[in-house]
This record gives sequence, structure tokens and C-alpha cells, in this order.
Amino acid sequence: MTAVGSGRTRLEGHDKVTGAARYAGDVPADGLLHGWPVLATIPRGRITGIDTSAVQAMPGVVAVLHHGNSPRLVEGAGWTDADPNLQLLQDDRIPYAGWPVALVVAETFEQARAAAMALPVKYHAQPWDVTFSAAHPGLYTPDEVNLHQPSETAHGDLDAGLSASAVVLDRTYTTPEEHHNAMEPHAAIAQWVGGRLEVVDSNQGSYAVAQDLAKLFALDLSQVRVRSEHVGGGFGSKATTRPPAVLAAMAATVLCRPVRVVLTRRHMFSLVGYRPPTSQRIRLGAAPDGRLLAYEHLTATQTATTFEYVEPAGVVGKVMYAADALRIGHRVVRLDVPIPKWMRGPGEAPGAFALESAMDELAEKCGIDPIDLRIRNEPAVAPGSGRPFTSRNVVACYLEGAKRFGWYERDPRPGIRREGRWWLGTGMGAATYPGETAPATAAATAEIDGTVTIRITAADIGTGARTALAQIAADALSLPVEWIRMRIADSDFGPAILAGHSFGTASWGLAVDEACKALRARTTGTPTEPITVQVNTAELIQAMGRPERHAFGAQFAEVAVDVLSGEVRVRRLLGVYAIGRVVNPLTARSQLVGGMVWGLSMALHEEAVRDPAFGGHLNANLAGYHYAANADVPDIEVGWVDDPDLANPTGIKGAGEIGIVGVAAAIANAVWHATGIRHRNLPITPARVLATPPEGPRA
Amino acid sequence: MKEFTYVRPAAVIEAVTLRAGRPGSRYLAGGTNLVDLMKIGVEQPDELIDVTGLGMDRIETTLDAGLRIGAAVSNSDLAVHPAVRQDFAALSQAILSGASGQLRNMATVGGNLLQRTRCAYFADISLPCNKRNPGSGCPALAGEHHNHAILGWSEHCVATHPSDMVVALMAYDATVEAHTPSGPVRIPISDFYRPVADTPHLETTLPEHALITGVTVPPAPPASSRYRKVRERASFAFATGSVAAALTVRAGAVHAVRIALGGAASHPWRASTAEAALLGEPATEDSFAKAAAAELAEARPLPHNQYKVALLRDLIVAVLGDLAVEAGA
Ligand SMILES: Cc1cc2nc3c(=O)[nH]c(=O)nc-3n(C[C@H](O)[C@H](O)[C@H](O)COP(=O)(O)OP(=O)(O)OC[C@H]3O[C@@H](n4cnc5c(N)ncnc54)[C@H](O)[C@@H]3O)c2cc1C
Ligand code: SF4
Repeated sequence: MTAVGSGRTRLEGHDKVTGAARYAGDVPADGLLHGWPVLATIPRGRITGIDTSAVQAMPGVVAVLHHGNSPRLVEGAGWTDADPNLQLLQDDRIPYAGWPVALVVAETFEQARAAAMALPVKYHAQPWDVTFSAAHPGLYTPDEVNLHQPSETAHGDLDAGLSASAVVLDRTYTTPEEHHNAMEPHAAIAQWVGGRLEVVDSNQGSYAVAQDLAKLFALDLSQVRVRSEHVGGGFGSKATTRPPAVLAAMAATVLCRPVRVVLTRRHMFSLVGYRPPTSQRIRLGAAPDGRLLAYEHLTATQTATTFEYVEPAGVVGKVMYAADALRIGHRVVRLDVPIPKWMRGPGEAPGAFALESAMDELAEKCGIDPIDLRIRNEPAVAPGSGRPFTSRNVVACYLEGAKRFGWYERDPRPGIRREGRWWLGTGMGAATYPGETAPATAAATAEIDGTVTIRITAADIGTGARTALAQIAADALSLPVEWIRMRIADSDFGPAILAGHSFGTASWGLAVDEACKALRARTTGTPTEPITVQVNTAELIQAMGRPERHAFGAQFAEVAVDVLSGEVRVRRLLGVYAIGRVVNPLTARSQLVGGMVWGLSMALHEEAVRDPAFGGHLNANLAGYHYAANADVPDIEVGWVDDPDLANPTGIKGAGEIGIVGVAAAIANAVWHATGIRHRNLPITPARVLATPPEGPRA
Repeated sequence: MKEFTYVRPAAVIEAVTLRAGRPGSRYLAGGTNLVDLMKIGVEQPDELIDVTGLGMDRIETTLDAGLRIGAAVSNSDLAVHPAVRQDFAALSQAILSGASGQLRNMATVGGNLLQRTRCAYFADISLPCNKRNPGSGCPALAGEHHNHAILGWSEHCVATHPSDMVVALMAYDATVEAHTPSGPVRIPISDFYRPVADTPHLETTLPEHALITGVTVPPAPPASSRYRKVRERASFAFATGSVAAALTVRAGAVHAVRIALGGAASHPWRASTAEAALLGEPATEDSFAKAAAAELAEARPLPHNQYKVALLRDLIVAVLGDLAVEAGA
């Protein structure tokens, strides 16, 4: 029996539940100091004065770092693009409310906080604009969207397609600004040890963080070591270097003592990226049988003045449906707001809400079952590139899901099912996310006790990656999993792709597999002294090219809506996925369930609120920023279909992001089925439900 | 958070004396509201006087079958007390609909009465707010107010009092008992919260430095009662609108009725207009709807909380309807 494919509890599970696992904020150090970032309270302008003397004498205060006295940082650091969020305390400019203007360092966390709150900072405010709208005059077409993908994709004659269409749908869908709140807030501890900058950080990829720190502080990479052994959730917010690591390193450098910086929830709302709001106009033209003749998806979104991140909401259209004519476009406006960045399912999550809602509306207009409509529009090749898919098993997801959910017993008419005060309905939506592979270095060491140690700068951000990699190694070596020792998340282990974009396990897994095979070729049995082989998969991956390799899924939801109170309750969620080989069904299921919970939260709860008069967030805390509570989350069922795809020899496609994709649409579609009302603006709050009462008798 | 000292007196009188002798001090009960406000700088006491060790943690049934609830009784203990569950169902339901299990274990009756508004401007010391900083203005009026008051507010402040528990206490005609430096006082709950007027920073009629010692509730009316709360998620959210009601029906007509609203006004709101409109009327949906409309006739919604008018109206009708069914009307 192979280890891959069998359910395994996490290798570090015992340490985590007993508290033995140390997260970045838990790491002790002699003489530890605590840094507290002071945030700008205006959205645009300049610092005109920081009166450090007012707090210098407060108990425990050791230093106040600000643009006037902090170490100079080298520009250009950042993963794939220079990240201006790392140029901390370098000048007097305020690019957004919540930008760090100072770091107060004190002997205790409480003393740092007290002094930070007492620190007088004077500003010269300049006029600002923090209000996104699809009609904003500042919207422009960027050259690229997230990660250097083209902003525009088109083929065929869209206008001709629309005018030849018997059925045309033209709808705009909006999603609000949504924020990261991983259980573990961002934290870092930095200290100089024997001439090396040692950082324990909460991140999704320690190698890239080490590279950034080396660059920022003009150090040789060998002078920096970054570790992130345990991470309590990342979801994109910890994918790249974040201010705590930089600020802690700055203070440790100046003060020659270990310094810890832990963010609060309020800090997180401005410093770790977020999902920007979108307004998405979708035009679909179809023949009477539902076949798409024209497909247009135009996204408007916001970014910061200091960095152009464009939420790639339209990319779903390059993968999902065949259409004679296709046009995908993005526009973006720069506002005086924090820098948006990746948040679970970047692009696909908001994009699928719009697209999968629109497909449901089209099905209604054409009088076709929503699943049948999707099957009728299955593409033979990827609609965006015209290249073949390495595998595409979305129809199997639809059919398996429909069977499990009881989809075909459904009466398609909306607004006709009641249970007491509740109106009931069901809905579905499709999901997709790329299944890419990126280079990594892995080392396998045959130890003299017969065990094998694997070293790789992978990050286990709660996904179970450590365990999955041990399973892969065990099979490659024909050893029991218990004989594998996993060492991860240490930049000293060499370059490896970060945990993100759902390519972590597929990419690290490939490197571990290669390393183990190479070790096996070198040695069999127990060596007399340790033997190590190290591999890097860069060349292998270069040779693989960038095929159209994607994971797919189908989401199903049943909801109850009380149209008098506006309450929406999700009663059932089912997700069926084609995610390649499932290494560890136990942890993969958890990841997918987590994604679906987030999708529910996106559908019904999450929305960051700002007041344009002041520019900052009004609900930057967990009481005001609503996410789904346990009581909102129903029974969730997860399944997967066979999805063999050896374009990556491990067969893995990744399960991290796809769970959230399509859930909000499935729920919104179910709300329509329950009430006959389409909700095209998220979240579907009681106020929104009450604003558009359904027709007919209400009770 | 500012540094502060912490004292734990052993007697009510000692606590009151400490408080009166130190203007910058505050009573600390469960700390679920006060400590949060200290962390964000809204409250900056220099001394905390812990009031959980003063023997105010008992629930007693009075001789006439009313209740006397100590100010330090936890929300959790109050909600599950057998007499409360049996005779004051709306009070138990109201408490259980609030916050989370962990918070209710810490939160006390006294603290719940005096908890501050959840208005976002109030909680951000970098922003103006009349309630926190009198005279600085009320940005909620033109800004974010989707969960603000539609009844009883003034142009100086449009915030709601967030409590669920007190909505039920309003319906049950409770009385607040307190100890001041000059002796005990009793304040009917209907007089406990001040109208907002131009002094939103003055929220109650509690005398200066007074320590709330308990709450008394007169015997429950011979009626079934109920609390229903609507919120933006199924748990762990403040009310967007709530109703506590008790109804007695005799021969098909409304014999007695109590209605209080939460999430509606600057303080938990007794719907006296609706109550008066219902007395003697047939216990039908039609009467309930008319009474609810009468109560909400004086509602003044702002652009983003208009939905609350229909919400509260429909909630009143729905809750009274359920109670009428229960009463066999
Ligand atoms: C995230 C969150 C969600 C919540 N959700 C809800 C909800 O849905 N519904 C709801 O009703 N409540 C909710 N609450 C509020 C909660 O009910 C209150 O915080 C709690 O009741 C306050 O009680 P406490 O004992 O902790 O008061 P403390 O925080 O200790 O004190 C609050 C105030 O009362 C004063 N005080 C306390 N005791 C006395 C006394 N005996 N005499 C005089 N003054 C006194 C204190 O000085 C302070 O000013 C929520 C709170 C949080 C943090
Ligand atoms: S509503 Fe009241 S609490 Fe809110 S900002 Fe206005 S004055 Fe302050």
C-alpha cells in the first residue's frame, strides 16, 4: 500500500494541539524587545513632525524609529516585483491610511503599545480619493494583470456574436473589498547571531523573504536566514515579505538586540494585502439552445497609488466556456488605499462569482438546466489560448455532484418552496484554478539509522504540506512514512517556490520525489555515514513548458431565506473537485472545506467599510468585519473525481485555492431559486435582501 | 493602553469610596467592553476597581416571584437560571442571542447595562465623535450608519445602545439598584437611559460614581414572552433589529402587552405607542400591523438604515403573531 492517497493526520498535529509548536510570535529570546508599528491616520499627505521626546521617557521605551532616524533600505526588494510596502520608515510621504509612520520599541509589548498610542504625529494632509466605482474617471487599462498576465484577451467578432444571439444577457456584478484574517497574525522576530541576520517569520516562503531582507539591508544572501516552521494560515497574505520582518530587522540592527513585531488585526487591514473591490460587467450572447456565441467579461477594480496590482477577475473566462467570440478586459483605478494583493483564489474567486451567476441567469433565460448549459459549452481547447488542456474533468464533477446533491429532483422554478418563515432554494456554480508547477530545491539524506531526512524550503501554512511531502518521499523510497524526517521552512535549504497559487505541494512534491529517486540511485540500504543528494527542478520545469493545466470543481448549495428579516442561512454545501492526485485525503478535505467556508463568508458576510471623508477603515477588527461564524456553517460535503494528469509527474494539481471558487455564485443562485430575486452585489446581507423584497405573498 | 493600577475591594461601600476618591478610576466587571475600549484608547482609566468580589453574584427570586439579580452575575449564569428560563423566557433568549459563549461567561449584568455603543467612529480616537469627544461632530450622519438608530436619535448622535439583555429588561419593567457615596438609589429602567439630546456623552441617569449593585424584575406578567433578534450572521453579531415582547390574550383580545425594541434607538426602546394601540384590540395580525406601524411612524431613518423600518415593523408583527398562536388566540 502506498502512502500517497491514504489519510494521515499532520506530523506536527500533536505539537500544535499541545502548544509545543512555536509560531513566530512565540519564539523566546534573551533581551527580547517589542516593536509596535504606529499607523498613519490620514490617507494622503506628509508627516510634518514626530515628537519622540513625548514618549521617550515612558516606561520601558527603548527607541522610536521613524523616517528621520531609521536605517536606509535598498530599493527594489520584492518577489517578482519591487514592493513599495517594504520601503518602511524611509520618507515622510503617506500613501494611505494605515501606513507605518514609526516603530516604537520597548521592553514589553504593553509598553510599546502604550507609547505608540501616546506618540504625537503631525501631518500635512493632501486631498485624497479612496472611493472605488466602476464609473471612476481615473480607470485605465493596465498592460498586465496579476503576475504578468495580459490584461486583455480577445478572439472572434464580439459585436457580430451578440447581434446573432437569440438570447443576450448584460449584467454587472460587484464584490466588495475583502480582508485577510488568518488565525495567526503576521509576526516576526529578528536578531543578529554570529554576524547573521536570523529571522523567524510567519510567511509562506522563507527563501524569498531572505532574498528580500538581503536586498533591503545590502547583505549577502548567506548572511540572512529566515525560518517559518509553523504558520497559522497565510492565504496569500504571507506569500511575500511583510512589514513585521523588515521592521523587526531594522530595529534589531539599530539596537543590537532581538526584536519582535506582531501585527494586530487593525495593522493587518492595511499592511498585508487584501482583495480589492470589483465591478464586473458580463455580456453573454447565446443561441436558443444555450450555445455561447459571444462572451465578454470586463472587470473594473482598484489598486494603490504606489503599486499596480490588478485583480485578474476575468481569467476564469480563459478556461471555462467555449464561445465563438471572446473578450476579456480589465481596468483599474489608483486610489489612496493600501496595496491590494493575493487573497485565496485571486481572480478566480470574484471572477467566478460574476461568471457563474451570469451562467445561472442565462440558463434561466434559455430555459435550460444550469448544468446542461455548462456541458453544452464545454470547450475542446482552452478558450483563452486555443491550446489543449492536459486534462479536463469538470463534467465528471457536475455529474457526480448532481447525483450526490439530488440536483435533478429540483424544480427549476424560483420562489415556490416554503418551510415556515423560510424560503428554500438550491443553486450551483463551477470552479477552476490553475494547476501549475514551479521550481524548488530539495535534499534527501540517507541517515545511518536507516531514516531519510528531507530538507526543502517549503512552508506548511496549516495545509498539511509537511505531511504530504513525507508521504511522497516515503513512496519514492519505499519506506514507511515514519522513517521520513521532514525539515522545512528554512531559507538555508535553498530556493523553493512559496506556498501559494496552489502550486506548493505539486512543486515541492516534484522536487522531493526527484531527490528521493536520486538518492535511491546512489544508495540502497542503510549507509555507514549520511549520504545527501540535492536536486533542483528548474530545468525539468522549463522542459515541461506552461501547459493548460487546471483543477476544476462543481459547487452546490441549499439555502433558506427569511424575506421578512432578510436572513440567509446556508443549509448544505457540496463541492466535487478534479484536483489531480490527492496525496492526503484527510488534509485535502480540510483545505477544500476551509475554502468553501470562506466562499460562504464571501457570499453573505465579508465587506470592509471605509468612510471617504476620513479614508481609513471603519471595521478593521473581528467584531466589525464579519466573517462566517461557526453557526453560519452547515454540513459541508466534499468529494473528488478521478483526474489523472501526469503533466506534473506527481499528478498533483493543488487544493488550496479552488475550494472558495464558485461558492458565492452557488449561494447567490440558490438565493434566487429560493426567492426569485437575483443578488448581484456581495455580500448578501439582511439589508440587501430587505431592499429587494420578492413578489407575491411573503409569509 | 495607558498604565493603570488595579484594586479589588471587598465591600460595596469600599468600592464606591475608592471610585469617588479617584476621578480617573473605573469599575471593572467582566472587562469585555471596558478592556477593549482601553486597548484602543477610548477609555484611559488610571485605576480599575474590580467589582466582581463584592458579593453581587446572586440571583434570588423575591417573595412575590420577581427576581433580584446581582450586578456581577454573569450573562451565562443569568440566562440558564431555572426561574429566568421559566418565567422570563425573553430575558434568557435575549442574553443567549448576544456575543459568544466565552464573552457571556465573562460579561456581567452591570457591565451589560453600561456597555458602550458599537458605532465605528466612537471606537476610533483619530476621528470626531460627539459621544467620545463632545462637540467634535457626528460623522455617522453623513457616513457609515447602516446599523444606526431610526428612533429617538438627535443630530448630535445617531448611535444605538447595543445590548440585547436590556431590551428584555425594558419589556419586564426592571429597576436598576445602585449604591452612591450618599447611599442606595433605585432607578426604573424606563428612566435609566437619557434621551440623546445634545449630550450623547451622558448616557444614563446613574449618579456620579454610583456602583450598580443589582437589577430587580417584578413578577412576570401571566403571558408568554419571546425575544427575536436579526443580525448579519447567525451568531456573534449585534442586533440589526430585535424585539422582546410579552402578550396576554383574553377572549381573543389583547389584555396586556409589552414590546421593546433593540438595534433601533439610542437606548433599548419601549414601544409604548404600539402597546397603547393594542390594548383591547383583537389579537390579530391586522391589529399587530397597525400597532407596529403606529410605533414606527415616528422613525427617522437615514439613507443607509431605511431597511430597519420595515424590518422592525415586520418583526413586531411576527413575534406578536407567534405569541398569539402560543396563547391559543
Ligand atoms: C465581540 C463582542 C460581541 C458582542 N456581542 C454582543 C451582542 O450581540 N449583544 C450584546 O448585548 N452584547 C454583546 N457584547 C457586549 C457584551 O455584552 C458586553 O461587553 C458585556 O455585557 C459587558 O459586561 P462586562 O461585565 O464585561 O463589563 P465591563 O467591560 O467590565 O464594563 C463595562 C462598563 O460598565 C461599567 N461597570 C461594570 N460593572 C459596573 C457596576 N456594577 N456598576 C457600575 N459600573 C459598572 C464599567 O466601568 C464599564 O464602563 C459583545 C461584546 C463583544 C466584545
Ligand atoms: S453616532 Fe454617536 S457615537 Fe457615532 S459618531 Fe455620531 S456621535 Fe459618535
